Amino acid sequence: MRLSELGIGDRGVVIGITPGAVTDEAAIDHAELERRLLEMGFVEGARFQVLHEGLIGRDPIAIRLDDMRVALRRREARAVTVDCTAMDMAAQ
Amino acid sequence: MSDAARATAPRIALVGNPNSGKTALFNALTGARQKVANYPGVTVERKAGTVTTPAGHKALILDLPGTYSLRARSPDEAVTRDVVLGRFPGEEPPDVIACVADATNLRLVLRLALELKQVGRPLLLVLNMFDIAERQGIRIDLDGLSRALNVPVVTTVAVRKRGLDALLRKLDELSAQGVHGATAWREPSAAEIRAAHRDSERIMREFVKPPLRPDTWTGRLDSVLLHPVAGTLILLVILFLMFQAVFSWATPVMDLIDAGFTWLGTLVAEYLPDGLLRSFIADGLIAGVGSVVVFLPQIMVLFFFIILLEDFGYMARAAFLMDRLMGAAGLHGRAFIPLLSSFACAIPGIMAARVIDNKRDRLTTILVAPLTTCSARIPVYTLIISAFIPQKLVWGFANLQGLVMFGLYATGIISALLVAFVIRKILWRSASEPFLIELPSYKVPDVTNVLRGVWQRGKIFLRRAGTIIFSLMVVVWFLSSFPGAPEGATGPAIDYSFAGMLGHLIHPLLAPIGFTWQMAVALVPGIAAREVAVGALGTVYAIGGQVGTGTLGAALAASWPLATALSFLTWYVFAPQCLSTLAVVKRETNGWLWPSVMFTYMITLAYIASFIVYHVASALFG
Ligand SMILES: Nc1nc2c(ncn2[C@@H]2O[C@H](COP(=O)(O)OP(=O)(O)OP(=O)(O)O)[C@@H](O)[C@H]2O)c(=O)[nH]1
Ligand SMILES: [Mg+2]
Repeated sequence: MRLSELGIGDRGVVIGITPGAVTDEAAIDHAELERRLLEMGFVEGARFQVLHEGLIGRDPIAIRLDDMRVALRRREARAVTVDCTAMDMAAQ
Repeated sequence: MSDAARATAPRIALVGNPNSGKTALFNALTGARQKVANYPGVTVERKAGTVTTPAGHKALILDLPGTYSLRARSPDEAVTRDVVLGRFPGEEPPDVIACVADATNLRLVLRLALELKQVGRPLLLVLNMFDIAERQGIRIDLDGLSRALNVPVVTTVAVRKRGLDALLRKLDELSAQGVHGATAWREPSAAEIRAAHRDSERIMREFVKPPLRPDTWTGRLDSVLLHPVAGTLILLVILFLMFQAVFSWATPVMDLIDAGFTWLGTLVAEYLPDGLLRSFIADGLIAGVGSVVVFLPQIMVLFFFIILLEDFGYMARAAFLMDRLMGAAGLHGRAFIPLLSSFACAIPGIMAARVIDNKRDRLTTILVAPLTTCSARIPVYTLIISAFIPQKLVWGFANLQGLVMFGLYATGIISALLVAFVIRKILWRSASEPFLIELPSYKVPDVTNVLRGVWQRGKIFLRRAGTIIFSLMVVVWFLSSFPGAPEGATGPAIDYSFAGMLGHLIHPLLAPIGFTWQMAVALVPGIAAREVAVGALGTVYAIGGQVGTGTLGAALAASWPLATALSFLTWYVFAPQCLSTLAVVKRETNGWLWPSVMFTYMITLAYIASFIVYHVASALFG
């Protein structure tokens, strides 16, 4: 699943960065996007929860990522592959 | 290292994630007053200051823009990279790198620290905001952390000046050690970033225990302030209240200052003999500079609000709420912060655009920033609004004058968005940059920081009034007084002065938009600085004998039709009446091309908009 498909309250773990998923014309190339996401803490194993959505098109989103809060557009969130089941199992 | 070399000032660079308190620490160490605020991307330049260390060295401290990595992506981050790697023009690399971390948020900065170690300079990890970490009950094993990273670790509370001595002692030790070796830093690959993350993750797990009393306020506030509907409404209400307050709160003090100047004027009239000196003091200084100084309270009220929002942590939220709207206009979501900063002055706004990575996004933001209403427009707006818009309540709660003011601000922002949209369509169509921003925790604004900030802005305004505005007013007074009227002249003397001639010369150009020749006189020096137009009107009408004992506002209300007043306001929304802004745009874009583009489009827009407003208003109000 991709981070861009989630709504408020959804939580899970980042399992990969796949910048190839951002298909529309981008100002930066895929390798660059991957490194930027990594540097902001979107790294395999990071836990997150979607906290807020914008008014128009439910975009951008604000998430809790480990200890910090980050806002990003759904467009870039497509590059973040997540697993939402792992958390549910951990919670049970 | 030789004694001679050690005697030269050790240079210490403060590096760290955005919003970790580098500038607060810099101010605490050096006594400087650089801007500190609770959002990422406040500092966009290198700043230097000195401090005397316990060993008696005069150390040079460098405050740098915050960054997540040395792989600079935007112009502000490039400054940090260049200083750290010794590539900054005319500068040696720093002797010690102090990595400043927010102790409550260590994960990303530990990775940065690992990257900084490769630079090969002595490194020190400073855990700042330690008060918050303690309050939240975050347990950090300092010795363990220091061993794992193999760098010394100290804790500080920059805003309370705690831990500075220990920090300086460590800096002495490190700078005495000398340089470790050549830099091994190069741009990390994705795989290397991942590996560094794993290392920092391991260190975190081992030496940092999660908070016992995590901050729940930020989450609770955000659920209201970032609520899709409520949050957007609150943003509008905040801006609305801000401009209401600018009018309602400031008026009593303004009246007081105004009364003071009127009293001075009568004193001068009473005790000075009629002549040039009296005219200079009464018409040039009191009517000119005085009519600008009156607006000090309004400027301070506006800054009070802006600084409060900045310290509280609201700016990044505003960027979040506005992102989609900004995106629709072809602007970057982060552009909202430079645009909000432009409420103060377009210059810091244009500088703040350095945080935007993409060159075109940044240029678009720079080009539209001067359209947001800066504080130098306040005197102009207020003068005209108080003279022409009645002071009354509408809808039972809103002050009509405040509402018009809000409308002018809204017009500024909306036109900034529209112009950005057009620039995108005409000049370039590039895809937008990613919007990735950290939302800081809310903090209770520090009273002294807020008051000091407001006071500082007040001082800047008064200094402007005392220097640039004062000197321009002397020129305006001189041009309006010489040459005197010839023998047997019938009209007021000012008609025969240089200013009168100049005004009458330009007037035909401005007549189609409803301006009087006196306004033409005011606009020319007003290109240097917006407030001067108010002072110049004050002087021109005073010398022309139209002010009498009343205020400038009353004189204008008596001599301008409403359509002219509205046209003048419109002009001031758009016109490029500020030389320093153009100079900064030249510096930030390295050339005359963009300032020229800016000047041309703004003056064209101003003329067209004033033309329309004047003719529509004339038709409506006669
Ligand atoms: N409680 C507390 N707050 C702090 C401390 N140090 C800084 N702050 C606050 O943290 C916020 C950020 O401080 P800045 O000094 O502007 O941070 P910066 O690292 O210079 O940020 P950038 O210039 O954007 O990179 C401000 O609101 C400060 O008042 C501290 O030790 N304790
Ligand atoms: Mg700073």
